[in-house]
Amino acid sequence: MSDRSLTASDLRNLLRFMLLTRGLEERLERLLKQGEVLGSLYRSLGQEATPVGSAFALGDGDWLAPSFRDLGALLVRGFPIRDVFLQYTGRTGSVAEGRDGTNQATLPDLGLLGPVSSLGTQLCALNGVALAFRMRGEPHVCMTYQGEGATRTGASHEGFAFAAAQRLPMVVVLEHNRWSFSTRSSAQAAVESWSDVAKAYGVPAIGVDGNDVLAVYDAAVEAVARARGGGGPTILVAETFRMLGHAQHDPQVYVPETELERWRKRDPIEGFERYLLEHDFETGPSLSALRDDVDGELDRAMEDALAHPMPSPTDACTRVYAEPVSEHLPWTRVDPVGYEDLSRAPLQTGASSAPPAAGTGERPTK
Amino acid sequence: MTTYLEAIREALWEEMQIDESVFIMGEDVGAYGGAFKITEGFLEEFGSDRVIDTPISEAAIVGAAIGAAHMGLRPVVEMQFIDFIAPAFDMIVNFAAKVRYRTGVGAGFVIRGPCGGGARAGPFHSQNVESYFANVAGLKMVAPSTAYDAKGLLRAAIRDPDPVLYFEHKYLYRRVKEDLPEEVDILVPLGVARTHRPGDDLTIVTYGAMVYKAEEAATRIAEEDGAEAEVIDLRTLRPLDIDAILASTRKTGRVLIVHEAPRFGGFAGEVTAQICEQAFEWLDAPIRRVTALDTPVPYSPPLEDYYLPQVEDIVTATRWLLAY
Repeated sequence: MSDRSLTASDLRNLLRFMLLTRGLEERLERLLKQGEVLGSLYRSLGQEATPVGSAFALGDGDWLAPSFRDLGALLVRGFPIRDVFLQYTGRTGSVAEGRDGTNQATLPDLGLLGPVSSLGTQLCALNGVALAFRMRGEPHVCMTYQGEGATRTGASHEGFAFAAAQRLPMVVVLEHNRWSFSTRSSAQAAVESWSDVAKAYGVPAIGVDGNDVLAVYDAAVEAVARARGGGGPTILVAETFRMLGHAQHDPQVYVPETELERWRKRDPIEGFERYLLEHDFETGPSLSALRDDVDGELDRAMEDALAHPMPSPTDACTRVYAEPVSEHLPWTRVDPVGYEDLSRAPLQTGASSAPPAAGTGERPTK
Repeated sequence: MTTYLEAIREALWEEMQIDESVFIMGEDVGAYGGAFKITEGFLEEFGSDRVIDTPISEAAIVGAAIGAAHMGLRPVVEMQFIDFIAPAFDMIVNFAAKVRYRTGVGAGFVIRGPCGGGARAGPFHSQNVESYFANVAGLKMVAPSTAYDAKGLLRAAIRDPDPVLYFEHKYLYRRVKEDLPEEVDILVPLGVARTHRPGDDLTIVTYGAMVYKAEEAATRIAEEDGAEAEVIDLRTLRPLDIDAILASTRKTGRVLIVHEAPRFGGFAGEVTAQICEQAFEWLDAPIRRVTALDTPVPYSPPLEDYYLPQVEDIVTATRWLLAY
């Protein structure tokens, strides 16, 4: 681990964000089992160091577009913990207002651009933010995330081509976590090292131990500095491992236990705690006190969130466009007119007369 | 006289002059000035930050427009041919159209590009793509037929806070010429149809290049049959000006819908359903459609002419409706 300008408080925060990430996801998993969290839950267990360490290298005014295992990066950038609970439980009060689950959202004030489920696309969108920085002469940078599987999408390739050709201030963190759902990374591309993919775009790559939060941070600092200095995009290849299935429904029986065991020994949080203890850093109160603080913060946020109401059904019709259009009035689920007249006459059943042959122009008589 | 193409060019030029946040991205829009020369001279005037030649990466282009729109810019994206919007489908449908709904943050930008047949351009340079997107909430779609509307709708689309697909018909580029008023600030609001030709006996609902074929058919019907067909030019497909369609339907009681896109799942189906739901009692005849064939757009002239709706088809359908 190299020399760096991190203070004791920074080190404590790096650990705190990783603990928050893990603790938050553990609570979401419990809520999923209780039926409060609906849909899917994609955990980042074992990968927390990569989003936390990389996002920590950003400054004010920079933008970040996470992928779906980057909760840690969102927390580093100030996404409220309570809102994560609100979104996953489909409640009102967060920006999604129940329209989308997960922890992703676009929040310009925080410099966050939320991804969608089509992988690799957020790089394309974030390129536009970087273009805006350049047009306005602002010295900010953009950072986004892709698993190695996501880099195989057309959108990802196009996004890289665009960012590289335009020399945009972009850092792409390639999270090589070995598995894309059930497909091994060796079945995703014929590269020996994922850093090699950078050659196709003519941009530099930095390989890093993605489970070492300080190494990730250092590499991100270098990539961010290059982007800010006009040096264009960098791909930061973080070597890590997905310790749980693709989502909660996936027990990942396809992952060999030996592989899991090897990576279990490289847990990013345990590793960083050991490092802090060994180096006797003055990180304030003890690590166990920090864990208690984190648990308390998470429980309070969860409690707060669960007290929020669910949306009312007709809220589904709003915010499709900036201004409401008549197409989205609530009654569009069914025919818009005529139902009020149903009480007027007895319902007619069966054909009142034989229908005419199509196109004969002959009117049926009632 | 201003051509349809020049009207588009003027709208872009004027919006870029009055609003620094407007910029253009696309393939060959800079040094070459665009495949149809819509943006010729723009690079020299506005510089490479605002007239951006991109890689052949439609998804990346639309993606960049989304991000730039989030930052308060007003991107105008050119598809060299609207057929090439297909590679950007994901970004449009899954990203742009849903971002306001999901997050409350909109993405106001324009995707414009040449659509339509008649140019002997074959299956990949002739399509009308509106139905691919008609089922996607969050998108707006316009299809001007006149130079005035081409200009006014593009200016309104650029100022609109939501993503707008702007379908410009390549067959009209240099064939439509109009005197545009110079003293007026031409701006045509989205979502408002236009009566292209008034009439009391039958309504023809159409848009794009078909407006002219409908007009020609209506003129013939007036001369040869003494009946007056009203031609409604939708101008905007979403949001649909259903009120204008219903008003004309109630007046004439007979409706023909004409579009250049194929029939199955075409836009006419939606218009038909809405009329049936809201004005069934006013109809004196079944609603009929004149559309292209349910095939890809063929290349060879005899094939393409057979594929495309022709004036004769509209005349025939009109007579059938009037006789019903």
